[in-house]
Amino acid sequence: MAEERALAGVSEVQKKIRSAFDVFDHEQNQTVDVREIGTIIRSLGRFPTEAELHDVIAEIEEEEPAGFIRFEKFLPTMSRILMENKLRPVPEDLLLQAFEVLDQQKKGHLDPEELSRYLTQEGDPFSQEEMEEMLSAALDPEKNLIFYRDFVSMMTADEPW
Amino acid sequence: MGCGSSKPPEHKPKQLQLKKYDRASVSCPAATAMRAALLIQRWYRQYVARLEMRRRCTWNIFQSIEYSGEQDQIKLYNFFGFLMDHFTPASSERNLISHIFRESEVFQDAEWEPYFCYKSIDVPDMYTGPHLTFPLTVNIITELVEAFKHKQHLHARYVLQLLGETWRLLRILPNINEVSTFHSKEITICGDLHGQLEDLLLVFYKNGLPSVETPYVFNGDFVDRGKDSIEILLILFAFQLVYPNDVHLNRGNHEDHIVNLRYGFTKEVLGKYRVHGKKILKLLQKIFSWLPLATVIDQKVLILHGGISDTTDLKLIAKLERNRYVSALRPPKRPQALSSSDGNARFSGGDWDQYSIVGRRRVRSLTHSNPASSRRELQRRSLQNYSTRTGHNVEEELRERRRWAGLSASCERIHDLPSSDSDPDSGEVLETDAEEWKQIVDMLWSDPMSQDGCIPNEVRGGGCYWGPDITEDVLNRHNLRLLIRSHECKQDGYEFCHNRRVLTIFSASNYYEVGSNRGAYIRLGPDLNPHVVQYQASRSTRELTLRQSVGRTERSALRALREQVFAHKSDLTSAYEEFDPEHTGVISMKHWAVATETVLQLGLPWRVLREQLVGDSTQDGIINYNDWFRELALMDPNTELAHTGLLETMYRHHSNLETIFRIIDTDHSGLISFEEFRQTWKLLSSHLKMEISDKAISDLALSIDFNKDGSIDINEFMEAFRLVDCSHAQILISMNGGTSPDPPQPSSPS
Repeated sequence: MAEERALAGVSEVQKKIRSAFDVFDHEQNQTVDVREIGTIIRSLGRFPTEAELHDVIAEIEEEEPAGFIRFEKFLPTMSRILMENKLRPVPEDLLLQAFEVLDQQKKGHLDPEELSRYLTQEGDPFSQEEMEEMLSAALDPEKNLIFYRDFVSMMTADEPW
Repeated sequence: MGCGSSKPPEHKPKQLQLKKYDRASVSCPAATAMRAALLIQRWYRQYVARLEMRRRCTWNIFQSIEYSGEQDQIKLYNFFGFLMDHFTPASSERNLISHIFRESEVFQDAEWEPYFCYKSIDVPDMYTGPHLTFPLTVNIITELVEAFKHKQHLHARYVLQLLGETWRLLRILPNINEVSTFHSKEITICGDLHGQLEDLLLVFYKNGLPSVETPYVFNGDFVDRGKDSIEILLILFAFQLVYPNDVHLNRGNHEDHIVNLRYGFTKEVLGKYRVHGKKILKLLQKIFSWLPLATVIDQKVLILHGGISDTTDLKLIAKLERNRYVSALRPPKRPQALSSSDGNARFSGGDWDQYSIVGRRRVRSLTHSNPASSRRELQRRSLQNYSTRTGHNVEEELRERRRWAGLSASCERIHDLPSSDSDPDSGEVLETDAEEWKQIVDMLWSDPMSQDGCIPNEVRGGGCYWGPDITEDVLNRHNLRLLIRSHECKQDGYEFCHNRRVLTIFSASNYYEVGSNRGAYIRLGPDLNPHVVQYQASRSTRELTLRQSVGRTERSALRALREQVFAHKSDLTSAYEEFDPEHTGVISMKHWAVATETVLQLGLPWRVLREQLVGDSTQDGIINYNDWFRELALMDPNTELAHTGLLETMYRHHSNLETIFRIIDTDHSGLISFEEFRQTWKLLSSHLKMEISDKAISDLALSIDFNKDGSIDINEFMEAFRLVDCSHAQILISMNGGTSPDPPQPSSPS
């Protein structure tokens, strides 16, 4: 019984992976552009760092990197990631904490300049474009500040389409 | 979306987590800050990926609906052609049908003069729009652009004059423009504009007006879909007249009067120019066929609208007579002076196009049982027996015709065609024509793919999908470095592929919906390295956040998708019922996905979309499909009547019907005669597999002429289809004087 359930679980996982993959399979020939792999993995609820992402890609790339990834290589790797809960999601409360850590004076908000500095210089730095995009969503235009609590709520909201 | 909402693993208590981060060091702000940054970055990228997934789904929806519309268009037109071939008409009927298909023939210049005669058109004093004097100057054009910015229209007299001058210029241009970047000029290349004047003006604003210092190449698809197609054409033509060596126009697949019937350009012109619109359209047919097919820069960079195929041959393209291909959707005209085997033929001045010639030949071979005709021909029947044929044959023929329409016109196929005339040379001529035609269709309709090879482009219904190996081959064969093309909307306005040897450029921003995509253009200097500049029209889009613009586009796409669902409700219901033999009203989501794709054939990821489409009707992986249809009807106020099946038919056939009307209405008067209606209805009803007598058709025609003016306008035409589908039996009963139960009252147009 447990085995049946486990098998059913496996096939559910595979179907999820298939669906996400299909969205980017433009010619419906079981391949996607390698540049979309990050998006696909993340849309499946995983939170890889850039380094982890590169590792995954290295594992599933063709022998001669050809710019695309085949589903038959993607499926086993991604299945394993999901089944073993790798590239684990970051709990939402930690995200809020992270902002609070940066907000040393506990003002409840951050300056765009200081946040930009952190995010474009530390960790896995954002590109200029990524930073601008984030600010456009996070910045309160009138006060020119980031009220991160609201921003966190928005980012962690449960997929309202 | 289901995938992203998987529950995170069990939370560890906050403190422990924090300690984990701190354990390696004293709480050094720098290290903590770094970890915090990492966390935020990971989260943010995840968030963006989720949005990107949604955006991509939305995109797929729009694109597949768009392409399936294009496919429909080709199918529809092929269908008419097919009917013509298989029609055994009385002579009056024959006139009508071939009249529909009559091509604008290659007249002598003298015969075209009346069309270009603008002189008889007076410009009234109260006209406040721009005035043109010839020869044009930059100042005049600047005034013209200003006028268009203020929503003014150019008077028909000046339009005709401008078009006349344009035609004179285009005729002397080669099929392939050769351009050079000497004098260190940078050339600007724009992609599809599709009637979006705002984008053209934005490009001019950012990049400068066309001039000797600022040469431009415009890569086709100037018209259709947007609302200012004619204004864009006039501006581009005007600039070309003033700077003929510095402004180059390539033909796109939408520079085609048949495509224009469906996609809005015909409607736009007739709406803006009520008196002279027909003349203008007729002239534009000609002008489109004279547009060059490609531009080459420094003999190294090839620019054309759609793409290439494995058989692309620039030498051949340079030699052909491009103006013979008035529409890329129709096989080429056969040249004149054919054999005398057709006694009835009048071939003077190329009066009869190939369709009517071939049609008549086939008819003759049926009655004369010519042994030279192929077996296939003998299976054909005249239209009188049409309704007794199975749908299967029709589908076969349609497929055949679509293949003939250039998907993979191989030589063998050409020989398959019945050549019942005894002219030994006709086969050869046909072959060259077909080859040239294929070159043109491939250039205007093809799309790149990531896999090697070259396959027919079934999604669009014309041209190919070509792979990186084909790019290598064709570019190397012609000693070229780069292919620049358009034809496909790209989210960023541009996209490289095939090892950066192919560059797609698309200049109509917000094409599917506000916020859907950016537009872009290319600057190319003597080093021939393309430099892309992006933009997005409309202030409001720039102020939308990523999330808002995704959301907006999404809602639009889902609405479009729901319409598709409605349009196919009966077929969908049948398909669902196949999985529900016991009529429980529910099926599994898996079956729902399979059935939906089988019916709609949009190639969409239904599993991913189902939550947005199906929402509350589903529980535990099953769906009650009737409930679902009801819910969908509630979501969209226009679709309250969906369950009656009336609206379903209207939705499904709407753009087809409008196109059909415009095809019949060859003189673009906005009206069709009873006789035209009767003939067309006869053809169409057999296609829709309805048996209906001549008398019933005549009565129908009379009854739908609501304003009793003896002719039928487009609203009345559309109404006819709604009436009949509603239940033509009831209508027939009432027309024959019987008592009928209350049919739902159609809302009569005023």
